[in-house]
This record gives sequence, structure tokens and C-alpha cells, in this order.
Amino acid sequence: MISKAGSSPHLHDTRTVGVVMADVCIALVPGLLCYAWLFGPGVLLQCILAVSFALLFEFAVLRLRGRDPRPFLRDGSAVVTALLFAVSISPSAPWWVSLCGIAFAIIIAKHAFGGIGYNLFNPAMAGYVFVLVCFPVQMNTWPDLPAQGIGAYLGSIFPMAGGQLDMLSGATPLDELKTRLEMMEMVSEIKTASVYGYFGGAGWEWINALFLLGGIYMLARGVIKWHIPAAVLAGILIVSAAFYLYDAETYASPLFHLFSGGAMLCAFFIATDPVTASTTGRGRLVYGAMIGILIYLMRQWGAFPDGVAFAVLLANIFVPLIDLLTRPRAFGET
Amino acid sequence: MRELHDFPGGLLLEPHKEVTDQKMSILHPLPERMFLPLQQHIGQPAEPAVQVGDRVLKGQIIARSSGYVSVPVHASTSGKITDIGNYPVPHPTISEAPCIVLEPDGNDAWFDIKPTEEYDRTEPAKLQELIRDCGIVGLGGAGFPAHVKLMEGIENAVDTLIINGVECEPHITCDDRLIQEKASYVVSGARMIRHAVQARHCVIAVEDDMQLAYDALAELVDDDLELVMVPTRYPAGGEKQLIRTLTGKDVPSDGLPIHIGIVIHNVATAAAVYRAVTRGEPIVSRYVTVAGRVDNPVNLQVLIGTPVEDCLATCGYRHSEDNKVIIGGPMMGLRVTSPNMPVIKTTNCIIIEKNAPAYPEMPCIRCGDCADVCPAELLPQQLYWFAKSADYDQAREYRLADCIECGCCAYVCPSRIPLVHYYRHAKAQIGLEQQRSHEADQARQRYTRKIAREKEEAAGKTGKTGAGADRDQDTRAAKQAYVEEALARTRTKRRDRPGPARQTEDSG
Repeated sequence: MISKAGSSPHLHDTRTVGVVMADVCIALVPGLLCYAWLFGPGVLLQCILAVSFALLFEFAVLRLRGRDPRPFLRDGSAVVTALLFAVSISPSAPWWVSLCGIAFAIIIAKHAFGGIGYNLFNPAMAGYVFVLVCFPVQMNTWPDLPAQGIGAYLGSIFPMAGGQLDMLSGATPLDELKTRLEMMEMVSEIKTASVYGYFGGAGWEWINALFLLGGIYMLARGVIKWHIPAAVLAGILIVSAAFYLYDAETYASPLFHLFSGGAMLCAFFIATDPVTASTTGRGRLVYGAMIGILIYLMRQWGAFPDGVAFAVLLANIFVPLIDLLTRPRAFGET
Repeated sequence: MRELHDFPGGLLLEPHKEVTDQKMSILHPLPERMFLPLQQHIGQPAEPAVQVGDRVLKGQIIARSSGYVSVPVHASTSGKITDIGNYPVPHPTISEAPCIVLEPDGNDAWFDIKPTEEYDRTEPAKLQELIRDCGIVGLGGAGFPAHVKLMEGIENAVDTLIINGVECEPHITCDDRLIQEKASYVVSGARMIRHAVQARHCVIAVEDDMQLAYDALAELVDDDLELVMVPTRYPAGGEKQLIRTLTGKDVPSDGLPIHIGIVIHNVATAAAVYRAVTRGEPIVSRYVTVAGRVDNPVNLQVLIGTPVEDCLATCGYRHSEDNKVIIGGPMMGLRVTSPNMPVIKTTNCIIIEKNAPAYPEMPCIRCGDCADVCPAELLPQQLYWFAKSADYDQAREYRLADCIECGCCAYVCPSRIPLVHYYRHAKAQIGLEQQRSHEADQARQRYTRKIAREKEEAAGKTGKTGAGADRDQDTRAAKQAYVEEALARTRTKRRDRPGPARQTEDSG
């Protein structure tokens, strides 16, 4: 028997998992910078914190599992998980929120299931939900705009360092919408509030637009395929449009939903995680549409302002079934 | 103009063909020793027809075909048989196999070969026999005996005969050069095969980056043959892919091209048929591209059995540990494990490549890129899981057998999983399983036959006692008849007698 290494093909594409993950990171940069510009340096501090924790845990767990950590640290998957987690949590969250979230993401959601390639649930979202449930106060406290200085953020993230953020009471546009709709206000009234911008949440619309741009870059590079983003966005669009057309004063416009919260980040960066998504063409459409619809339903009637993380984790459960039911026909098969 | 269709998946690869496709081929000199494997084709291996020490002439049969799906092996030159035994062969799963070793005497003297006059008046079945006797197999790569495909064509209505000149793997230009240098052989061979299978249409297909070959053929074809250029994309030259491209039809998943009225042969096979018919020449040589990191990359006309080492030396290559030698194309070829490994009928290319540091095999991240490029529209990822977990029933269910081992999936895999290796291994295991169950079936049949035979024998014995019983029965019957006669006589006597005895008799 000829060895594995001697087996054909003898040519390979230069793209490896590491290259793919690096592309994902590049695609995140515009949205991330915009986010940091709007909300202040706390965003970048959260990224640095999360990436450091992620690499640390990844290294430690691989050592414990008796694997050579080098190729796995190089594949960049831990970095992507950390970045997605960091942009999801509040920039003012204290350091231990990040520590707990990343620990859950890497140790439980990723490695307890067998590491990269074997995890059933999106690690970043699992970590996010873990801290959301454990620390609701810290997770739901957002700094007000405009951006505040690094000193204030340092004080907020590392409470022992002194310094403090002003106005931690600020809510995200989705929060605001939800609370005030429950108070029987009209969408047109709510929209006059300062947290709303041109078509989405103030600031958030630009962050979403730039994540969309990053998504287009990944599509152009072939890092992701069109099915999942298209289905997620179509899911949000169609359901929100239906309700909006039914009653525009009780339900926000589709454009608002597409450009608020984590919609674009989810469609292009989170739902497209190949490990936890469906692998067949039709399956990806089903999976994406499921996430899009769930996001809307949860925003509208759920307990939390945004539904991205729960929508993704719920859809993850259905992936094996979707894959089984959407198996394509083989060449020449009738 | 024929409407072309698209096949699923596939890759656009760097062609690297410009290096050799315009260079005249070189006639490779006689090597010192040649290794002729008994099996250079799909099917049963040939059986040696010579002994160590025999002197043979070029074109003489040295191993006979051993069944319907089998072809003979001929001496590639005149010389002496020095050994018959196991030597390295180019094969994906076997490293050594029985070979006949031939030491050339330098005369290159031909055996007595005869041409067939006027092929178009010859019976198709006769042509088929001739093609088998000349050891012709599919020279495109798989090495399926050509006469079997012809026979299918003779027995079934053939709509289209396709002559495949689509050389889709990078580096390889041996068919391209063959067409450019021997276009008339290819065209005449195509006409001969067409006559043999009585095809309604005949198409010769080349890739659209083979302009010179196309021009050479265009000068020779008439209205009877159609010449088509197909878009360059790997694996456009695969049998099923080319059929789809040219006809829009799919070969059934577990069927053959003939099931949809198509027979397909390689251009080199057509040229070999031409030689066989017009001269009676068996396959003793072929075009081989030597490419990659050699001083003089070029096409060689190599005698079958010539060691790879000799071919490389002719192209000015000296081996270094930095390089690896590959037989066949970079996508489907095999790593050469011994310099003695010979060129066989299906060897189209020898490539020298730099030994890249091995990238570690990482876990599958389920990206699905493999499924996008699979030309057989399989799910390579699922097949990989099944192959890895030895779940061969599921692998079969997901049509592992339809995998053509083109390597597209492994090429794009970002985790660098040697997918084709897993599939080959699984296929081999399934083959073994089938062989075992076949053997078990045979054993069961033998057993039931044995039981039946024993029963028959046993029945034979009771048959004898039965005959005795008959005789006994006869005597018994005779005795009974005698008794009854006696009883009857007594009855009549009693009836004649008055009294209760008669009543008793009546009630009894």
C-alpha cells in the first residue's frame, strides 16, 4: 500500500484553513473599525482581550488533549471565534465576562465536542449566550454615544484600574424599540429618538453596512458561498416585510431590521461558519432561512432585544437533519 | 455545429502544457532491461507463454490472455527472457506484481506480423479479435481492454463513437503530440473502430488549448467525422464528463456508456488500432510526456517495459532527494517508489516535482468545497466520514463506486485531507468484502451440491433396497392372493353349509 503522503493528487490549492480564517479576519476589519470609531477604543480592547484568552485556552486544551497545538493555533479558528464574541458583547463589559465567555466557547462548545470540525454549536455564539444568561446586567449595559476615551473604558473593563464610563444606561436601538413598543408607542414616534439613524439604528446602520461590505469581499474571495447569507437576509426581509405591510406602526421596517443589531454580522460571519452549518446547497438555504426567520421572531416576541445567537444555536441543532434530507442526486443517479 | 453541455464541478488548473506541446517527440533508445507486467489492464492478468532463457522477437506474444476481459502481452523488442517474477509496478495499491524481464539484444527484430487487407470488408468480430490479439487496451489511463468495449458496440446499437483527445491533466501532452505527429493514424483508426461498431456518428474531441492538434486533424477529417473542441477544464477528459459535454446525456450511475448508445476510445487507442489493422502491429510502445523539473522536458516514444529511470536519464535528469517522481498526471498519478518501475501501456506521463514539506492533515471543517468541485456530484465529505469510520455500507449507499478518483476534492480541501486515499482504501475494502462474500457464496453452493449429491447417493442405495422390497412385495402379494383364494374357497364351502357360522361370516 502506498503511503497517504504519496497519494494523488500531487497538486493542492494554496488555500488552507489558516488562509480562509485570515480572510475572515480581513473581512471583519472595516466593520470593526467603524464600530470602534463610533463606540470608542473599548471595542478594540475587548478584541485584544478575547483573542488572548482564546489562544491561551486553545493552547492549554490542546496540550491537555495531547495534541500538537501548533497547527491548530495556526489555523486561526480560535482568533475568529474570539473576534466574533468580542464584537457581540458590550464594549464596556468587564474583563471576566470575556474570560468566562471565551472559556465556555473554547473549552465546552469547541473542545468538549472534539475540537475544530466536530463542534455542533457555533462556539462564539455558545459563549455569548452563556455570558448573556449568567451576567445579564453587564451584557445589557451599553455605553452611550458618542465614543468615550480609553481611560473610561479601561476603568469599566478593569474595575480595579480606576476611571469610569459615563452614562452606562444607554440602550441599543433594538432595546429601545422593544421597550417602547411594549409601552404601546407607535414606530413613527419611536423613530424620532436619537438612537435611530437614516435607515437603521444610529451608528449601527454603518457598522452593518461595513459588515455587508466585508461579506461581499468574502464572497468574491470564495471564502463563503452565497446561499447562507442570502437565505438569512431573505428570511429577515420577507417576514419583516409581511408584518410591516400589515401594520407599519406596530412593526419596524425591513430595512431597519436588516441594518440593526447583528443582522449582517450574523448573515456573513456567524451563520456561515462551515463547521456548524449545513453542507449541501439546498440545506444551506433552509438553514439560513431558518436563522433569518428566527431572528425576526425573537426580536419581535422574544425575551432579548436581539435573537442572533439563539437563532444560530437553534438552527445548529437541525443541521444533521437538514443535511440528511437535502442530499443531492449523484451524477447519473435517477 | 454540435451543441456543447456543461458538466458539474471541475477545476481550472494551470496547464503547463506549453513546455512540451510544440516539441517534436524523441524516440527513446533501447534500455538495458525491460519489465513487462502481466497485468497492464483492467481484468484478469495474462499468463506467461515463455520461459526464462527463451529468445523472443519484437511483437511476439510472451503472455497469453486468460479470459474475456484480458489481453496478451507482447515483447517490446527482440531479446532474451531473463526472469519471471515479482517486480515493482505502477499501481495505486500494489507495489509489486508478476513481470517478465526482457534483456534486449539490440536488433529490435520484428516477429512475423501480417496486415489485414481492406478493413471495411472485414467482419467486425474479426477486427475485435485482432484488437484483442494485439494487446490493445484503453491508452487514456484506465487500461480497459479495447476489444470488450468493441464487442459491446458490436452487440448493441451504437449511436455515437467518441474518440477522446481531451487531455485535461496539467503537464500531459502525449496525446496532443501524437495527434500532431500522427494525425492520419488517429483519423484512420477512428474510421476503423467506427466500422467495427457500426456507429451512426463519430466525434473526435480535443481541448480548446490544443489548436495545433485540432488543425492537424481538421486537414484529414471528412464529413464522416465530426471534430469538436471542448472547453479546457479538469476533468473534461473523463469518460462520463466528456459524454455529458458532447451529448448532454448522463451515463447511468451503475451503467456503462454503451447503455446510452455510446462507445468511447482514446486517440492513442485509435492510433494503436490503425497500426494493428494496417500492419498487424501489437502495442509495443507509446508516447510518454516527461515534464517538471527536468533539463529537457519532452515527449518520448517509449517501448513498453522501459524503466522510468531510463526515460528520465534521456531527458537529462539526475535524481535528488529534493524531488519526487510521479507516474501519470499531477492529479491522478502515482508516486514512483522504485526507479525500476516500468512504463506500461497506460503510462502517459512522468513528472518530477519538488518535495513540498507535508502540510499536516487537519480535521474536516465541513466547508463543502469538495462537493462543489466533484464532477460526479457526490458528497466527498460524507464519503470521507464513512470511509474513515469503515462504514462501507453507507459509503456504497452514497455511491462511492461512482467516484472517478480525479482528485478535485483533495485539491481544494483547506484541511489538506488526502480524500482520494481514503476512497481508494474504502473501495479496496469493499472489493475484498465482495470477494469474500462471493467466495462464501461459492462455498455454500459447493456445500449444497455436496449435500444434494450425498442425498442422491443415499437415494441410490435405498433404490437398490427398494428393488428388493419390490420383490418381497411380489412374494407377499402372491402369498396374499394364495391366502385369499383359500379363504374364498372356505367361504363358499361355509355358505353352502347352514347355521350360525354363515351369519358370523356376514357380519364379519
